[in-house]
Amino acid sequence: MVKSSKTRTGSRKPVAKPAGNNRQDHLWSLGPPVEILRPDGRTVAKEEPDIAADDLLKMYRWMVNGRVFDERALKLQRQGRLGTYAPLSGQEAAQVGSAYALEQRDWLFPSFREHLALAVRGQSWSGILLYHGGSEEGGRVPEGINNFTPSIPIATQILHAVGVAWAAKLRGDPIVTLVYFGDGGTSEGDFHEGMNFAGVFQTPTIFFCQNNQYAISLPRARQTRAETLAQKAIAYGFEGVQVDGNDLLAVYQTTRQAMEKARQGGGPTLIEALTYRLGPHTTADDPTRYRQDEELQHWQERDPLIRMRLYLERRGDWDEARETALWEEAKADIAQSVTAYEQAPARDVEEIFKYTYAEMPWNLQEQLADLRAYLQESGGQLPE
Amino acid sequence: MAQLNLVQAVNDALRSEMQLDDRLVILGEDVGVDGGVFRATEGLLKQFGPRRVLDTPLSEVGIVGSSIGMAAYGLHPVVEVQFSGFLPPAFDQIVSHAARIRWRSRGRYHLPLVVRAPYGGGIRSPEHHSESPEAFYAHVGGLKVVIPSTPADAKGLLIAAIRDPDPVIFLEPKHIYRAFRQEVPEGEYILPLGRAQIAQEGDDLSLFAWGAMTQIALAAAEELDQAGISAEVVDLRTISPLDAETIVASVRKTGRALIVHEAPRQGGVGAEVAALINDKALMSLQAPVLRVAGFDTIMPLLQLEDYYLPDAGRVVRAARRLMTY
Repeated sequence: MVKSSKTRTGSRKPVAKPAGNNRQDHLWSLGPPVEILRPDGRTVAKEEPDIAADDLLKMYRWMVNGRVFDERALKLQRQGRLGTYAPLSGQEAAQVGSAYALEQRDWLFPSFREHLALAVRGQSWSGILLYHGGSEEGGRVPEGINNFTPSIPIATQILHAVGVAWAAKLRGDPIVTLVYFGDGGTSEGDFHEGMNFAGVFQTPTIFFCQNNQYAISLPRARQTRAETLAQKAIAYGFEGVQVDGNDLLAVYQTTRQAMEKARQGGGPTLIEALTYRLGPHTTADDPTRYRQDEELQHWQERDPLIRMRLYLERRGDWDEARETALWEEAKADIAQSVTAYEQAPARDVEEIFKYTYAEMPWNLQEQLADLRAYLQESGGQLPE
Repeated sequence: MAQLNLVQAVNDALRSEMQLDDRLVILGEDVGVDGGVFRATEGLLKQFGPRRVLDTPLSEVGIVGSSIGMAAYGLHPVVEVQFSGFLPPAFDQIVSHAARIRWRSRGRYHLPLVVRAPYGGGIRSPEHHSESPEAFYAHVGGLKVVIPSTPADAKGLLIAAIRDPDPVIFLEPKHIYRAFRQEVPEGEYILPLGRAQIAQEGDDLSLFAWGAMTQIALAAAEELDQAGISAEVVDLRTISPLDAETIVASVRKTGRALIVHEAPRQGGVGAEVAALINDKALMSLQAPVLRVAGFDTIMPLLQLEDYYLPDAGRVVRAARRLMTY
């Protein structure tokens, strides 16, 4: 007795309990995928979702703009007027619902297929075309828009989103970061390392996986033996959730919830949006080599645009005339962006060198001067 | 001024900058409670707290990748990777992103980021603990590569690297972490990046070295001096961008050049220095440019590492060949 009371009142520091087992029973199972709209545009639940009519219409407008842009960009590439392009058709609900849910102060990290998400956040379509047309100017995100630049090596952007969220948390800034990646990205180490850091440091990060069923040719089942991608969050000690990625309202609400949780200090969330890439992986890909027509048809019937139009019609917010007008308007807007893209100012070779460092070191200056001299000798441009 | 060894000077630079810059954060494995495996971050957690000194999970990719986000957000992260041999997992983050974010965003984002890593042989350690990887990073536009060789330089160059608006790979010659002490100026002490230092003046030949090899070059110069050969020792200090002016001026003066580095010879920074001399000082040369370097093999384990690392004898032997060419 004497001995134990002495230990309790003595100056010795209390010995910490071994933290070998952080049981988190509430995380150990996933619910079914979140759904609000059925493919026929009816709601799953009786009550209407709590989203303002104005937001519904704006988001639908973005989806249509995205589809029109995507089809136009594909054509431009086929005509030799654009470089390699990664189409997004079929993933409009996943991109619009998530990007629209964020606030302006939040940061968004794209991979290379999130053109529509970037546009929702305020980047111009002509700038996005410029990027795919081979101009570095297309990577210039205007001040005030907290979008990061596209990241092509798979899943590498995930850690950048964790880093920004971590930095903001350390500074006491209440911002949230959202990072996009695909089903293939979940096989990369960067995904797991990013998820682990986010879990340990409880960063306000939303991991937004657009599971579009294929990583180029490889089907989702061959990426992992796991039943879902969302469940991978469990291993890192935070919540994972599946959502019908072709259901705009479900994506929007799920992202809002994850965002609010993160902003209140609740840490990260992994959202797996179940969707489908209707087109090729990129303009260099032929999807008929690896998937069947029936499968494509199955998903075409679940087109996120159709579902949203039917819903708006059922609510009485939409009709044929408004639908036609919206598509015409979108086509005119995108046509204008194509013109702006094709009329972009001529580039100067200095742009190769200019943004390598804050100040150009002597070797870059020397190389630029030599290139200029060569061009001058050959009449101002590269010889035939 | 305090008498410090090189690793203490690194610690002093970090402490001094952390006092002045509340955006500076340190992250890495064992950098907090443990003070770093070489004690470079000793005492910093206690002084600045767990929001400034961040012990991370064991993932070089995680450390470097998240520090890119931190830097883009406006913090000044100084990353420690325990040994340069563990940088390869993070190579993708460094080369594919850290080097390119300014370029890719046309200056909208830039990364005031320092990646510190002890490098080089001579400390009798296991595989992957002794390599010299500076050439990998010198090959990448958008990165700067800095290697100090003295305590005072370590402090001045590290502070300059921290204040640089672009990512800097800061390689520390761990063989001489505790080899000698030197007066190190207190408080803010900054040496500009991209400037070499004449470690010893001489007239007959130029020895170019960096990191622990600067000491080898100086020892060789002393031996040569006894034989009546006056060697100039140029410590490059910044590997990328190289200080062309100082290198060329030295060769114009001496007419002979010998480059000493631990890294393998093939594709090493020595080849770049030789090409630079060829471009800008060919007519001053009285002999071919020579290199004494590591072999184009794997860095051997501790029993044979002394045969791999250039020593003063090999440098003197090559210098004599230059003098009798």
